[in-house]
Amino acid sequence: MLLIPCPFCGPRPEIEFVYGGEAHIARPADPSALDDAAWAAFLHTRSNPRGRHAERWRHLHGCARFFNVVRDTVTDRFAEHEAGG
Amino acid sequence: MTYSFLRLAAEALRGQTGWTPAWRDPEPKAEYDALVVGGGGHGLATAYYLAREHGITNVAVLEKGWIGSGNAGRNTTIIRSNYLLPGNEAFYEHSMKLWEGLEQDLNYNAMVSQRGVLNLVNSDAARDAAARRGNAMRLHGVDAELLDADGVRAMVPYLDFDNARFPIKGGLLQRRGGTARHDAVVWGFARAADRRGVDIVQNCEVTGIRVSNGRVMGVETTRGFIGAGKVGLAVAGNSSRLAGMAGMRLPIESHVLQAFVSEAIKPLIDCVITFGAGHFYISQSDKGGLVFGGDIDGYNSYAQRGGLPLVEDVMEAFMALLPLAGRLRVLRSWGGIMDMSMDGSPIIDRSPIEGLYLNTGWCYGGFKATPASGWCFAWTMAKDEAHPLNAAMRLDRFASGALIDEKGAGPYPNKH
Ligand SMILES: Cc1cc2nc3c(=O)[nH]c(=O)nc-3n(C[C@H](O)[C@H](O)[C@H](O)COP(=O)(O)OP(=O)(O)OC[C@H]3O[C@@H](n4cnc5c(N)ncnc54)[C@H](O)[C@@H]3O)c2cc1C
Ligand SMILES: [Zn+2]
Repeated sequence: MLLIPCPFCGPRPEIEFVYGGEAHIARPADPSALDDAAWAAFLHTRSNPRGRHAERWRHLHGCARFFNVVRDTVTDRFAEHEAGG
Repeated sequence: MTYSFLRLAAEALRGQTGWTPAWRDPEPKAEYDALVVGGGGHGLATAYYLAREHGITNVAVLEKGWIGSGNAGRNTTIIRSNYLLPGNEAFYEHSMKLWEGLEQDLNYNAMVSQRGVLNLVNSDAARDAAARRGNAMRLHGVDAELLDADGVRAMVPYLDFDNARFPIKGGLLQRRGGTARHDAVVWGFARAADRRGVDIVQNCEVTGIRVSNGRVMGVETTRGFIGAGKVGLAVAGNSSRLAGMAGMRLPIESHVLQAFVSEAIKPLIDCVITFGAGHFYISQSDKGGLVFGGDIDGYNSYAQRGGLPLVEDVMEAFMALLPLAGRLRVLRSWGGIMDMSMDGSPIIDRSPIEGLYLNTGWCYGGFKATPASGWCFAWTMAKDEAHPLNAAMRLDRFASGALIDEKGAGPYPNKH
């Protein structure tokens, strides 16, 4: 069981959270300005690192807020928080 | 050495002293015509079909650990060709046909058992979807039967039919589906490839891909540089890492999938049963253990082990379907790292780098695909173009929009 550090509630069990995938993928402000490759990169391409992964979680069954955190995808250790968004 | 009844009898008489290793353990050469990275089922099958179908025998399979140490040796061994979409169904049916002749072809007992795959339906909507999928299968010439509740009851009377939440209303049955012994599939392809001259190099991790002027030159490994004009990547959950070595980013996330086996019991389940309402699937191994699994844990992982929330989820589904599960002890559980694609379907294609080929995106359904995946990947590597069977499994479909999304789940790899 992951013990996920919610920046607002502290460490809480994984079952209270919903996973939001890789962090820092912002929807392009003007999608129609993008070509197909750039749009596909936004929608489908991911870093998928073995090791430190900046990811989004939502504490749905708690404070319900989104936050970003860095987790190691091999050890499952959480490193640090980042600003939400 | 060809395996046969005569050979078995002769060895019995001389005390089993004449057996030789099933494949050689060669030092890697400095250069090959083609390299396949990854000694799972797909990589070994690719090497075998490169030699058998295309006469390309100066080939090595490079495996970082031992062959079959990845998902090939960790899966729940279900084989079937009950897909809905045109880009998938013909491919998986080709795989099923290869399974049907595989043991004779490889001269190896892979324990292919066409015991039937039964997908249960628990609601009217699920029945409609099953009927639609069954019809799509039959239009492709594939066997499918829609059973009502009595039909299911006659096959597997011990399920919880009148469960208040998930009553069993029928099922879609593919009688030609079933299971195969996963390790034996790996060993069978390895031995058959080796017999045609392929070098199987274990304990050889690829650490870099050398590219010059947009062309692949070979790979850096823990056993030195190995040159080749063609390099095929078949590394399942490590696809993003390997592609990253050549500067590419993929529409793939790596996720952990767990599986379980119970203590051995007397013969109970003589087919494969899948329970869509709870996402659960189960069969019984020849040793008597019930082999079962469910969903992925749902977050990016390279850990080859999962967490307890998913264990609980799988056990709940097991209890809902088969209340007798409450009396069973679970013997072992384990995890494998899946290459989850953004539309839930695989990629067998060339890459933007000349001579570098991709085989990835198998999600948790790649075992059944092993023969056809190798067959199509070998074709693609040998001829530098896709076969019609894998023509839709393109890398650029994510840009063109021609996705193959069986579930209609959208670009969420943990939802496929
Ligand atoms: C628990 C579980 C249950 C499953 N159940 C089913 C099922 O019932 N039916 C079904 O059809 N599918 C199932 N699957 C999916 C199926 O097992 C996979 O899709 C399939 O095995 C992937 O192809 P492969 O055999 O080539 O992969 P793998 O066996 O994972 O092969 C990849 C190989 O690449 C090697 N490798 C990685 N990096 C490097 C490197 N840098 N250098 C050299 N070698 C490298 C790895 O060590 C590994 O041996 C399941 C998977 C799991 C984990
Ligand atoms: Zn919170």
